[in-house]
Order: sequence, then structure tokens, then C-alpha cells
Amino acid sequence: MYRYDEFDHDYVRARVSEFRDQTQRRIDGALTEDEYKPLRLQNGLYLQLHAYMLRVAIPYGTLNSRQMRTLAMIAERWDEGYGHFTTRQNIQYNWTRLTDVGDILDALADVEMHAIQTSGNCIRNVTADHFAGAAADEIEDPRPTAELIRQWSTAHPEFAFLPRKFKVAVTGSPNDRAVTKAHDIGLRMLRNAAGEAGYEVIVGGGLGRTPMIGKVIRDFLPKDDLLPYLEAILRVYNLHGRRDNKYKARIKILVHETGIEDMRAQVEAEFERQMHEEGGPLVAPDPVQVARIESYFAPPAFEVLPDRSETLEVAMANDAALKTWVENNTSDHRASGHAIVTVAIKGTGEAPGDATTAQMRVLATLGERYSHDELRISHEQNVILPHVRKDDLPAIFSALRKAGLASANAGLITDIIACPGLDYCALATARSIPVAQDLSRRFAAPERAAAIGNFTIKISGCINACGHHHVGHVGILGLEKSGIENYQITLGGDHTETMAVGERAGPGISAEEVGPAIERLVDAYLDTRVDETERFIDTYRRIGAEPFRQALYAA
Amino acid sequence: MARNFKPSIVSANDLHIGDVVYMNSGGGWTRKLAEAAIAHTAEEGETLMARAAPQQAKVVGPYLADVALDDDGRPFPTHFRERFRTRGPSTRPDLGKQSANPERREPLAASGGI
Amino acid sequence: MPIITDTGFAPDDDLALLCLDDLTDSTGQAALDLPLDADPDAVPRHFDRLTHIVIPFPGFADGRGFSLARRLRALGYRGRLRAAGHLIPDQYAFARFCGFDEVQISSEQADRQAESQWTIHTRALPPFLRRRTGGWTQPAT
Repeated sequence: MYRYDEFDHDYVRARVSEFRDQTQRRIDGALTEDEYKPLRLQNGLYLQLHAYMLRVAIPYGTLNSRQMRTLAMIAERWDEGYGHFTTRQNIQYNWTRLTDVGDILDALADVEMHAIQTSGNCIRNVTADHFAGAAADEIEDPRPTAELIRQWSTAHPEFAFLPRKFKVAVTGSPNDRAVTKAHDIGLRMLRNAAGEAGYEVIVGGGLGRTPMIGKVIRDFLPKDDLLPYLEAILRVYNLHGRRDNKYKARIKILVHETGIEDMRAQVEAEFERQMHEEGGPLVAPDPVQVARIESYFAPPAFEVLPDRSETLEVAMANDAALKTWVENNTSDHRASGHAIVTVAIKGTGEAPGDATTAQMRVLATLGERYSHDELRISHEQNVILPHVRKDDLPAIFSALRKAGLASANAGLITDIIACPGLDYCALATARSIPVAQDLSRRFAAPERAAAIGNFTIKISGCINACGHHHVGHVGILGLEKSGIENYQITLGGDHTETMAVGERAGPGISAEEVGPAIERLVDAYLDTRVDETERFIDTYRRIGAEPFRQALYAA
Repeated sequence: MARNFKPSIVSANDLHIGDVVYMNSGGGWTRKLAEAAIAHTAEEGETLMARAAPQQAKVVGPYLADVALDDDGRPFPTHFRERFRTRGPSTRPDLGKQSANPERREPLAASGGI
Repeated sequence: MPIITDTGFAPDDDLALLCLDDLTDSTGQAALDLPLDADPDAVPRHFDRLTHIVIPFPGFADGRGFSLARRLRALGYRGRLRAAGHLIPDQYAFARFCGFDEVQISSEQADRQAESQWTIHTRALPPFLRRRTGGWTQPAT
């Protein structure tokens, strides 16, 4: 993984001092709250309902064990003993004090981490496939690209005050685990007919109030042209994106109102101008730095192992729980005899993505001992051990079980995404976590969850859609109606390469009705599906929304 | 408008800690809703807000929130959002104002006086 | 309305500003007030007669001026470029990088945000710029 050079080290330290100075100026009155707010947001600091919340960047979701231990230490020392892994592969601390934030940022800097640009109207933390560098289906590791973009976008002087936030995601695999079509810019790595590496550039996707699927603006962008091209998109957006209405300020609205053809022409003209700028484009990547970044993402030296692990087979034969967990929570690794482990932070009745200090430490130890010192955070709010020997899976399972982290539900109906909602968030209109907890209890029986199969439920506590409800097979959106919490259900969403935005099923329902309604919906699916290989989303596409609508509103 | 005015209090978050605070009758800030100054008319609401406005060094984002009054005249929140703000996360009864020791984290910014 | 440069505060120079429509081929040396929604491509034919271009910042969170400045520099403008309106000290270095030479703020703001808060060195220089350009100002201009 990427390692800081002296410039990176100097910068994060200088940035912490700068933040301390900004905070002092806020306290002294030199900066008004209005002036200070964007500065603190660009350092990851929100003011929520009950306290300040600090969102720490985990660039493209990759971290090592030492970093995970620091995250645990921060939770213990400056927060309430837990953290929340987010759908943007970050971690949030819900109870920080303004006066401690400088110290927390210094502790992060000790392990080459920061909270820069995890909020604000700027280019946010770049996300990538959480299986990067491990997945069997990968064309190329997306992380060197993500890291290059992170460096380019960090404190980019021109793009720190955009019309609205700006999110970039990169995937190196045709199976899109990075939701690239729901980002302001999505990059898909590919090769052209001549075998040259480059990107398909997708622009104007997004969820929120107006969900839109991104459109291809460039079929093939050579790798070397990436930064000038991104610069061109951002410049067009910065100049022309709407600033009169924050709900219409994302680039998706500009693309929609301008039209993709016109947008493409503007971006290409801007790109050409830069390519012909005196002395070459200002942001042409430095080949030495690119090579340096790439070298840090070289795959670890995997042991040569037979693909079938006798140790694992014997253990699974004696332990049905292990077998279920291996079936649900491991994925194919590119190296034979290895697997990718998804540690589901989705215990029955727990808040999705919340991990305690003790759990973070267990994960750090497992990463160190069994996964080449690497961990990942997925947008599904789970933790990944990307490089594990199949022989070690029984030991890992046993350790996870002791830590309460052995939920065998990756990809199943209880692997629910939920934003913090009105239990914490100042923007929320209703709660999300209690709905997730209720559903996780209703479908807790492993046999039932297994029978239902792949089924995604995604819950947001407001229209901003941090819980990705639009792209859940079932989406739940918490709103307020006449002074009480009310939940809208959407059906048929899909976050993968076959991305679809779910359709609203009908009128909203109360919090108490959500659980029973989803149970009826699931029963209707089980009654209707052709066989157990037909997932809910497949049945939905085959027969449409109507039978499920009836089930939802049958009470 | 005055006819429709509901009893209100001024709430904000403490600048240093972030905790939910309410303006008291002395123009200072308290963590307890029960100690909040209550505006019964729009004019009283404006007066409270005018006292809050210059206090940027102490609090963030003061606003008027509706309350209802119990039989003893003590305010309680009418909206569920405000109800959560008087308590803490509904999913974590051990945290926030509802917890056994809500002030364990730190006294209110160089407290009492503000 | 003080003007801020790398050397600190200077008094208002009461620049007489023309708008784009005022400029003709017979206009002599002039300072141009360029609104944010102006077409930058209409400006280059006047570059030689412009001593200043002033770009407004209606609010510090409106970052259009940064891109407009970069565009003008890319188009070859070499005269002085001023950002006028509401910028905060933390944006001064950003403005310099984008091609501005100076910033003009209100007297109220200058009273609140002393000269020392505006010096370029208070802002951390990100590694990308440090590696590429070595500083807060563009190499080409």
C-alpha cells in the first residue's frame, strides 16, 4: 500500500497546525462560523445532533493493522469506544470534541492517515473496489489510480470551493463493486483494441434527491491523460454548475441540463486547451511519482498453494457454522489456495458498520497475522481481509466468533447498509439504525437468510441517500410526515454493473410497519421464484413490482 | 402570526464540545431543557434570538424550537428530532444526555458562567 | 477596501473599471471588471490593453473565480489579476496558485482578519503542487 514520502509527511503535519490555527481563529472571532464551517468540513469535522463528528479518510478503503490499531486507540481515548464504518469506506467518530480534534489529527498523521476532504464542497475521498489487488476477476489494480487522484485532488487550489461535493470511484474489474455509475465521476479501467491501458470515463451519476445513472463521456482515455481530463471536467463543472440551489448543484444536474453531447464538447475543448498550455499541462502526472505509487501496490508474495485446502475441508466437515461462513463470506482470490474474507460488521441487532475498540483490535491482529498486514473497508460497511490462505480460514473464523464478528451473512438479507440517520445526523429526517436492527432480528435465523439468498436492503435516513437506498433491491428511505417518522420503500434497485434505480412502491409507512411489510414481501418472493437460483432482483425483473407492492401493502 | 406562536426555547450546540445547549433566562447556556428560558410570544422569541446572535464564541447555530409545557410549566420537546436532542441516540441509551452520567465527558465550556 | 499582495496590506487604489462592452479597439490602457458569467474567450483580443482584470467573489464559498482566473492565464493573459469581494485568508494561497496577483476585501473584513493572517506561508502546500511546481504560484506565468 502507499507509503508517505517526506512531502506527504510534511503536508499532513502542516495541515494539522493549519487546522489548529483555523479553530483558534474561530474561537477568537477572526473567522465567523460561516467562514469556519467549510474549513472544518474539509478537515472532516461535522457538527451533528449531539456532538461533533469526525470523519477519517481511509483512502480507497485500504489500511494496515497499525492504522487500524490507531483507529481503535482514537475511539478509546477521544470517543466512546466505537467507530462507524461508512458507505464511502471511511470511519466516523460520533463524540469528538472540537478541542481534541487537533490531537486526533496528529495521532492519525503518526500512521499516515488524515481526515482531509472527507466532507465539504470539494473532491472527496476517492473510493475503489474493496477487493482491489485480490479479486480473481480484476483487469488491473485500481488503487494506483485512486492514489494519484487523491494526491492531485488534495487541497487542489482551484477545486476547494465547488458548487457541491464531488465523488470519484475507480474500478479495475468488470464486476463493478465500486458503484462507479453512481458517482460524479466513475472510472473503469480497460484496454483498447491496441492493448493500451486506459479508462472509460463516466460522469454525472449520483443518488440523493435526484438519482441518476452516470453517462459515458469518454469511451477510452489513455492513462497518461487522466489528470488533465479530470481537471477539464472539474473546471467546466466549477464554472457552470448551478450555485442557486444546493439540490441542483451536483454535476449530474449540469450534465442533465446541458446534455451529455454538449458537456463532452466543453470538456474536450478544455482538455485540448490544457494539452496545449505553455510548458504542457500543469497537472500532467510526473512519471517518477506514478512509478513510485505503482511500486507500492505490487502484490504481496503469495505462497504457492494447491487451490483446495485439506485443512479447511476437514474443518468444514466438522463444523457446519464454519462451512456456512466460508460459503457466504469468502470470495475468489487471484492466487490459488487463497481467499478474500468479508468480515460482516452486521451482527444481529447491531448498528450496521459500528465496530468497538476491541473488535477493531481483533481485526488488526487478524490482518497482521493472516492477510499480509492489509485490511479493507467496503462500501457495504464491512471489513475485508483481502489476502488470506484458505488453510487459515478456520483459525480466523474462530477468532472472529470470539469477537462477535462471525456473522455469516455477507450479501444476504441481513447484510444491511444503513446511514447513521436521526440517531446522530443533523441532516436526517428519520432514524435508520433501529429499522436495520429490527430487520436483522427478523431475519436472524441462518437457514431462513440462506434460503432467501442474495438480497440487499439499503436504508437512508434522508433524501441525501448516504445509505444508497435507491440501489438496494429493497430501499428504505426515512422521511418525516406530519411530525412522525415515515418510510418509503423502493423496489428493484441494483448497485452493480447492471445498475438500476429502484422504483417507489407506494405511500410511505410507519416505522412499526416496515418490518412486517418486508417480511410479507420476502414471503411473496419465496412463493414466486422459479427456484433458489433466482434472486429477488431476478424475480422482480421477471414479474414486475405489482405482486410485491400487493405484499407490502397487504396489511 | 402572534396568535399562532407556540412556546419556544432557543437551542444550539456548544462550540467547544458540541453538546446540545439551551439559553437560560440570564442569557447564558444550560445543558438542561428544564432550565431553558421560554418565549411565549414572537417578540419574546426575537429577544432571545437577539441575545444569542452575538454569542458565536460560545455556541453554534442557535435557533428557536417549539416546546410544549407540562402541568408545572416545564418545557418538553414537541418534535421527535428535538426529543432525540434532549436524550441522545435512541439506539445507545448509555450515551448522551440520557446516560447515567451525561456530564462525564467534560463540563460545559469553562462552564456555569457562559 | 484594502488590497492584499504577498507583501501585505496596501490602501485601495480606486481603480477605474470598465466592463467588457466598454472596450473597443481604440480603448487605451484599461482595467476590466469581468463578471463570473462572462465568456472568457471574448477577452483575449483585449489582453494587450488591460492593466488589470478584476474578478468578483460574491461569497468566499463561490469558487468560480478560481477557474476563471486559471482559464484567463491559460489563454495567455499576463497583466494583473485581482480577486475582489469576500475571500478568506485561507484562500489567499489558492488564489495565487490560480493566477491572481492580489485580493481586495472589505474594510470590515480587514479589521477582523489582520494582515498576518493573510500571508501565503500559513497555508500548507500540498505534495502534488510541491512536486510539480515547487510553490504556490504557477510556473508558466
